[in-house]
Amino acid sequence: MSLKDQTAVVGVGATPYYRRGQSVPETELSMACTAILLALEDAGLTIKDLDGFAIYSSSCDPAQIGSVLGVPEIRFSAGLTSGGGGAAGSLGLAAAAITSGQANVVVSLLTLQQATKRLGGSEVNGKAAYVASASSGGGSPYGGSGVPPQMAFTANSGLIAPGHSFAVLTQRHMHQYGTKREHFAEICISQRNNAIRRPTSIRSEPITLDEYFNARMINDPLCLFDYTMESDGAIAVITTSADRAKDLRQPPVYIMGSANGGMGRWGSAIFHYFQMPDEYFASSGHRPVAKRMYEMAGITPDDVDVALLYDHFSPMVLMQLEDYGFCGIGEGGDFVAEGNIRWPTGKLPVNTHGGNLSEAYIIGMTHIREAVEQLRGVAVNQVEGAQIALTTGGPAGLPVSGTLLRRA
Amino acid sequence: MSEIRQGVYPSPIDDPYADEMTQPFWDAAAKGQLVGYKCTTCGTFVMPPQPFCFNCQNRSFEWVELPGTGTIYSFTVVRHALAPYLAGAVPYVGAVVQLDGTQGAGARMLVNIIDVDVEKVAIGDKVHVVFDKVSDTLTVPRFTK
Repeated sequence: MSLKDQTAVVGVGATPYYRRGQSVPETELSMACTAILLALEDAGLTIKDLDGFAIYSSSCDPAQIGSVLGVPEIRFSAGLTSGGGGAAGSLGLAAAAITSGQANVVVSLLTLQQATKRLGGSEVNGKAAYVASASSGGGSPYGGSGVPPQMAFTANSGLIAPGHSFAVLTQRHMHQYGTKREHFAEICISQRNNAIRRPTSIRSEPITLDEYFNARMINDPLCLFDYTMESDGAIAVITTSADRAKDLRQPPVYIMGSANGGMGRWGSAIFHYFQMPDEYFASSGHRPVAKRMYEMAGITPDDVDVALLYDHFSPMVLMQLEDYGFCGIGEGGDFVAEGNIRWPTGKLPVNTHGGNLSEAYIIGMTHIREAVEQLRGVAVNQVEGAQIALTTGGPAGLPVSGTLLRRA
Repeated sequence: MSEIRQGVYPSPIDDPYADEMTQPFWDAAAKGQLVGYKCTTCGTFVMPPQPFCFNCQNRSFEWVELPGTGTIYSFTVVRHALAPYLAGAVPYVGAVVQLDGTQGAGARMLVNIIDVDVEKVAIGDKVHVVFDKVSDTLTVPRFTK
């Protein structure tokens, strides 16, 4: 049994996007509840209809939300493991719950407030976060417990933040394929141009090529503009069966295909691991996921009209363009240099919302929101006639994920 | 915590938090030897040590002395201090090194490359291990050109 076209995204709700810490006095819980209620309203549903949670990155506790919002009965509550790699895949998890008859109306969401915590190894409370996370969290920025005996083998490398780790992948890609900083600049500038037109964007000043090359180098080859930002906010998305979707408030956006996972030896990848085999070390880790996703949907990369690619660091967009088959492996640099990802003129507009780099970093949920807006035909930077959108989560530790959505 | 020196990422720990499986590595490091965890069935090196061989799922390993040399597989030059106490340490090089005497992937080490001109580090550079005694229980392997 395939999930293809059996379910649809019918509602999207979001809080405003805030700079890090600026969402106080809201809390992660209050923002999650706000986003869920807005998403249900968008769909023409109420809290009485909600019966499932399909989440990722352990971003919320459905037990708490269920009690606070008075959800009548929760029939499905599950999350994809690890972190932001599960963003797009949470829709597949929702589809699996619905298609298997376990739940009817399922929410996927992420809520994030970085007032007292910070993702990604930045300093917290005067303590290097690597040690802070290891002593409370097992060497992953997302949690765990105890200090594992393997930690001492990587703790002294100085590769303590995701930006350091993704730089290591990027340098290898540049070495193997001749990828250049100009290519990353094109991604940053293209996405910023998209963000400028959107009122939701946190970063909306234009970037010139000169400004890119004069920007502060954080760690080679990543400069300030290659990094995402730290944001607060919540986004919730409602999925239900294709049958039920027909009678709701919004035009249905069908889930054509969804996959999560990755090669076993992709493992935790950039999180203190780096033992991936040579053939896919300098990649996004998405190749096997892309293959399964396209097979489920029965389409090819040529059929995709707009790509919303998880972009915590600009080179990861380039590597996903390769791994999702929009160009050959190692040809991502040329592909972006030819103007292919620009909206509205490019062959494949990418991150028309500005992405994590320029709009806001809600760990992949902004990409799903944008995919839905594109397929409803109401996006700020609308791709004319968009029928099919790709949205992804990761590169990150396994699982990474991808989901194909199509308009009715 | 080690003394702050430019180019050297100061050890954030003063103990290896070792268990029975990992302790021999730190014992060898204290004696100035770099050792690898080798599967006795298929010969695959697994670093850091893990309870199973990813290649043949065997659980029997032996510690083998390695040449202590290797090649930079990839790296970054960290220029921004993530915490104020690191201001005197940047710029430093964090790298993934393929160890000579092993198969490479699966046994790479994540290390700080020290005493080099950070502007002249490149993928493919040959490096060798140097040991930095941090405490009575922890001697840290770093690499240099």
